[in-house]
Parts: sequence; C-alpha cells; structure tokens
Amino acid sequence: MSSLRQIAFYGKGGIGKSTTSQNTLAALADMGQKILIVGCDPKADSTRLILHAKAQDTILSLAAEAGSVEDLEIEDVLKVGYKDIRCVESGGPEPGVGCAGRGVITSINFLEENGAYEGVDYVSYDVLGDVVCGGFAMPIRENKAQEIYIVMSGEMMAMYAANNISKGILKYANSGGVRLGGLVCNERQTDKELELAESLAKKLGTTLIHFVPRDNIVQHAELRRMTVMEYAPDSKQAGEYRTLAEKIHANAGKGIIPTPITMDELEDLLMEHGIMSAIDESQVGKTAAELAAA
Amino acid sequence: MSVTTEEQKAANKALIDEVLKAYPEKTAKKRTKHLGTYEGGKPDCGVKSNIKSLPGVMTIRGCAYAGSKGVVWGPIKDMIHISHGPVGCGQYSWGSRRNYYIGTTGVDTFVTMQFTSDFQEKDIVFGGDKKLDKIIDEIQQLFPLNKGISVQSECPIGLIGDDIEAVSKKKSKQYDGHTIVPVRCEGFRGVSQSLGHHIANDAIRDWVFEGDTRKEHEFESTPYDVAIIGDYNIGGDAWSSRILLEEIGLRVIAQWSGDGTIAELENTPKAKLNVLHCYRSMNYISRHMEEKYGIPWVEYNFFGPTMIEKSLREIASHFDDTIKANAEKVIARYRPMVDAVIARYKPRLDAKKVMLFVGGLRPRHVIGAYEDLGMEVVGTGYEFGHNDDYQRTTHYIKDGTLIYDDVTGYEFERFVEKVQPDLVGSGIKEKYVFQKMGVPFRQMHSWDYSGPYHGYDGFAIFARDMDMAINSPVWSLTKAPWRQAA
Repeated sequence: MSSLRQIAFYGKGGIGKSTTSQNTLAALADMGQKILIVGCDPKADSTRLILHAKAQDTILSLAAEAGSVEDLEIEDVLKVGYKDIRCVESGGPEPGVGCAGRGVITSINFLEENGAYEGVDYVSYDVLGDVVCGGFAMPIRENKAQEIYIVMSGEMMAMYAANNISKGILKYANSGGVRLGGLVCNERQTDKELELAESLAKKLGTTLIHFVPRDNIVQHAELRRMTVMEYAPDSKQAGEYRTLAEKIHANAGKGIIPTPITMDELEDLLMEHGIMSAIDESQVGKTAAELAAA
Repeated sequence: MSVTTEEQKAANKALIDEVLKAYPEKTAKKRTKHLGTYEGGKPDCGVKSNIKSLPGVMTIRGCAYAGSKGVVWGPIKDMIHISHGPVGCGQYSWGSRRNYYIGTTGVDTFVTMQFTSDFQEKDIVFGGDKKLDKIIDEIQQLFPLNKGISVQSECPIGLIGDDIEAVSKKKSKQYDGHTIVPVRCEGFRGVSQSLGHHIANDAIRDWVFEGDTRKEHEFESTPYDVAIIGDYNIGGDAWSSRILLEEIGLRVIAQWSGDGTIAELENTPKAKLNVLHCYRSMNYISRHMEEKYGIPWVEYNFFGPTMIEKSLREIASHFDDTIKANAEKVIARYRPMVDAVIARYKPRLDAKKVMLFVGGLRPRHVIGAYEDLGMEVVGTGYEFGHNDDYQRTTHYIKDGTLIYDDVTGYEFERFVEKVQPDLVGSGIKEKYVFQKMGVPFRQMHSWDYSGPYHGYDGFAIFARDMDMAINSPVWSLTKAPWRQAA
C-alpha cells in the first residue's frame, strides 16, 4: 500500500472546501483513481455531491445506536457514489453538545482498524473550518494525511485561516510526515485576488496550486446535489477541476513544511497590495466618531 | 543528648540543603520555598503553600473531585452522590474514607455504595446529559427513600461542556422539588483537593441554602443550637465530639458532613453557633453563614485533653453561665479518665519524637494530643494547606520545628531517614515505606482502621494506638542478623 496517498482539505468555514474537494476527487476518479472520502465535519455534508444525498448513517450515529464503535462493521458505514468513490462520514453531535473532536478521533481509528484504506489509491479527509482542537488535527498527525491543501480566497479572514492552518501543519510536520501541498484559491472576486493568493503562497513557502475561477454552474450542479464533473463534464468549470486534479496528482511528495507568518506580516501583505491602507497607529481603537472629532 | 533550638535550626537547614541538591536547579529553586524551619514568634511557618506541584515529583495530593466527592459531599448519608464521568474516578474513590454513619445502607442511607454514570466514548462525543437524566430516573425508582442527589463532575464533564445545571433543575422540577445538586468539581481545576472543598461549599450555598428545591423541615429553635462543621466522622469522630457538646448542654442540630443528612444541612442557618473543626475544608460555608445569617463560628480542637478543655471553654463562652458551668463540670468529670490514660501511656511514650504529614487540620490539631502524652512533634506539613493554615499552625508548634509543604515522596523519606523520629503519622501510601525503614507508623487519615480519636473517648484510643505502634515488639526484630553487634 505504499502507493496510497492521503490528502486533506482544510480552510475557513464556508470557503467552499467540500465543493472544491468533491469536484477535484470526482475528476481524479475520472482519471481512474480509486478514492475514499472521509468526512470529518459533524454536519456530515462532505460527500453529499458524490452520493447525491446527505449521508444519514454516520459512523458516530450508528455507533451510538449500537452501543459502541466496536459493534460496527465497515460495510455499515461505507457508501459508494459517483465512479465508485467510497464515502464515509464521521458525523458527530448536534451543535453545542458533546465533543466533536473526540468523534473525529474515534472515527478515523475505526476506519484504520477495520481496513477501510485497503484497495484505494487516495484517502481524502474533509475537515471543518478551523483546527480548533486536537480532534480536528487528527488527520494531520503521524501516518495520516501526507499533504494538506488549503482552500482559501482573497478575503482577509480566509488568508488568516490559511496562515493558522499552516501553523497547525508546522506543529505536526516535525513529529509526523505531514506537509503543505499548496493553496487552492476559490475565487471570491476580491481585489487583486490572484496576486494576493500568490504572495501568501510565497510567504508560506508553498505555491498556489490552482486558481479556481468563480462560475455559477457550480451552484447549478450543487442544487442537483451533483459535482460539476458529473452534471456538466464538458463545461469550462469541469476543465478547471480536471486541471486541479492533475496538478494534485502530479504533486505527490512535493509538499513542504510551511513558514507561517505573524499577524503583522499578514497585514503588511495586504498593505503591500494596496488592499489595506497603512494604518496610523494613533488611530487604532478609535471609533469613526472619535476620529471625526479629532 | 539534648540539642539546643539553634542547633536544631542549623541541622534542619543543612538537611533541607542536602535534600534540595538532588533536584535540577529549577525544581530546587521552587521546592526551597516550601521547606523551612519555624522561627518562633513569626506569624506563619515561613513556607509557600497552595501552589501547583512540580512534574516529576511524587506528590501526596488529590484533585478537586476528591475534595468534593470524597471529603465534603460523600459522607452526607441520605443523599446519592453520582460520580459523573468515566468509571475509574468512582471506583477508586469508593469507600476510601471511613465516614461512619447510622442507617440501612441501600434503603435510607448510601455512603458505602458507589454510583457512577460510567461514561463511554459515545457519551463523550454526544454529551452525557441524556445519560444523567436517565440515571436520575433510575435512582428515583430504585432508591425512593433517597433525600437528594449530587452530581460530582469528573474531568470530561468540564471538557465537553455538559450542562449538568440544566439537567439538575429539570429533574428536580420533575420530582417535586427533589434536591439535586450539580457540582463543578472537575479534577483538573485547582492545584489540589482544596479547590474541590471550596467548590463543594459553594454548591451547598447555591443549591441547598438557595435554589428552588423542597425544604420543608419542622424546626423548633432552642437557645443552645449548634452545628458541628468539618467533622467527617472518621471512625466515629463526630459522635465522640457530639456527646461532649451535648453534655455541656448544647443541642447539636447538624453534623457537617459525617453521619449528616440533607435536612441537617438545610437547618443549619438556624444554628446559634457553628463550631468548626476542619477549617480548611469548611471555612467557606462558615464565613458565608456568618455573613448571610449572622451566625458566629468558632474553631475548636477535640484532640487530646488540653485542647478539648480549651475548646469546651471557648465554645461555652458563647453561651450563658449554665453552659459555662456545665463545661467545667464535664471537664472535671473526665479528668480521672484522662489522668488514668496519661498515667498508663505517658511513661511508655515520653520524649518520643513524631513527624506528621497529613491533610486539612491534622498537621496542627493532633500536636496537643501527642504533647499530652509527653511526645514531641519535630516536623509537620500540609498536603493542601493555605497560608492561613500555616498561620494557625504557629500556635501549636515549637521554635525550630521542621516544616514541609506538599512534601514529595523523596523529601519525606530523606527527612525521616535523617531526623529518625520514633513515629511517623501520614497516609496509606507512606505507611509501608516507613515501616520498611524500621520506623513505627500510624495512618493519620483513616486512623489505621481504628478510632475515633476525637474527644475524651478518642484520646484513650489514640494513646493506645500510638503506644501499640511505637512499642510493638516487632521493631526489636527488624535488625538484620549480619548487622547485629558481635
């Protein structure tokens, strides 16, 4: 199983991680790759476009019903979707109760112990928003994902999240083998987005793997609970995902240990590109009214 | 061969310096603040306390859960105390203190039983509130005579953010105002069991004194109502204390918490005086009752006749002349018994040296009892004491006493090895180490399965036990044959 590639998609909540990852993985499946998707979001919507439905039987919900995770069989939780892509969802508690992080750990251990990774070329983890605790860092620990792809955009907070995730990768890079595979910019049509994304990638010591332009066809496909690859394989957007998939496929072993930057450096980056005008330190913490009065 | 105080102080300093040499520099720098010699006349013992134990040492301390479940709440006999979380904390705290009580276990009293929610992985991931809800139903069904339930939080409860307050309120409402008390005593909070005592006290304040639970106790006040606070009835200590208070004409309306009930707790705000034995674990609620209900509180010490007499007079001074006269009568009545005990044991124990390391109040409170038997306490320290404990200790110890706060296993062994006391009084973990060193030992948490040690009756047992430990013929047999003098 030396050829097994484990990758993970991280990024700020709402940035389009699940959409980007499912489309890219569908494109990889089109290339003949055998794929397993491990959804690590308690909302369990990481495989919706591949399965045409939101997965109902998550590992954790079934385990809770059965008593414990030891009572489950792999067949109970594994669903097969578009181009034989295998899908599992970790699931988790409803918002505000319990410990979703522990749920991710439980689920991944269960999958490994029960041979879910046998006979596949790719395992892809789709993890929620931020690396908020140890549980959500599980996929980047030793012997899990080798390359992390951070989905981001030209928005300040998306870049901030990308930098934070890099810090998480750095933490585990030395103890385990995790590397940053690159940034994927999901276009938001902010000012100088491509330029900014490339600059940030450079600062982090990595590359912008691909710039995915905005296209409404993604929404059209999504309403039909499909990837663009399946809904409109000949569309321009399908081509974009195909290119991204090819780049990721060719990127094996090329991940790097990221060099995260400080908040100040991040702000400097935005100023450099004229997104933010330089702030006079004396104005920090002043309300608009106070500034007008001054 | 007698040593002057100055020589003793110099010897202690040399000993502490020698012990500290074994540590890395940083550890030594921190530990040096916890070790010292009492300088007569100073307001405290000159050591730092209530600070986090250091990694790598063997500390004798417990956790906040131990302080709440094990010490304060556990002995309340007609309540059921749920160890809420994974099974281990409940299992290993099961029956670990000898809180005697009267009742029919499993019917109207539950102290020696153990209840746990036995958390599984799914309870961590999905939260344990539903399970807690169900457990309370089961308890109400299986043990209908329970008078209340407390939820003793283990670590995961605080980590996963379970809302045990909401569950407690809901179930209390469902069961007609039944007392259900959520206690946030997660083990990771604080530096020792001490914070657990405080949290447990606060939970009594907020959920027993206050709150919407049913509190319907007929109560007729008398001018002589007192509550015993901070006596956990180890081996019957509260009983041998209570009779003395009753003999001087007072009415004990509550025992906190050894052999105590929830109704007694609820009635305590009607007391005229709170008498406080274990200051460390229950000063919080005593202060609260003073502020809120205007009840004065007085610390007392029922170890050994000297302290018992002083304490009876002190307690009586809060009441009228009848009580004061009664106190003198009681003291006089027990005098022949005390004299007999001292006449029998003092010759066998005179000038014997003792080193102590215990919890809440005992590192100072038992000193008088030893001195009544002619013995001398040469070293003492607290597991989880605060500076106010070390201030109070100065009233008991002599100039030049060795003081060790939150002593480590290594330090304690070296100290005993060098000081060579005739008796060490500490806990079960220390017992066999010192006995194997050939040093007589008594457990001073559990009274070594004996007791009571409080009151006049307790003093007789205390004297017998110390004699039994020190003068056992076994110690003459411990010398290895090859070390016998030719």
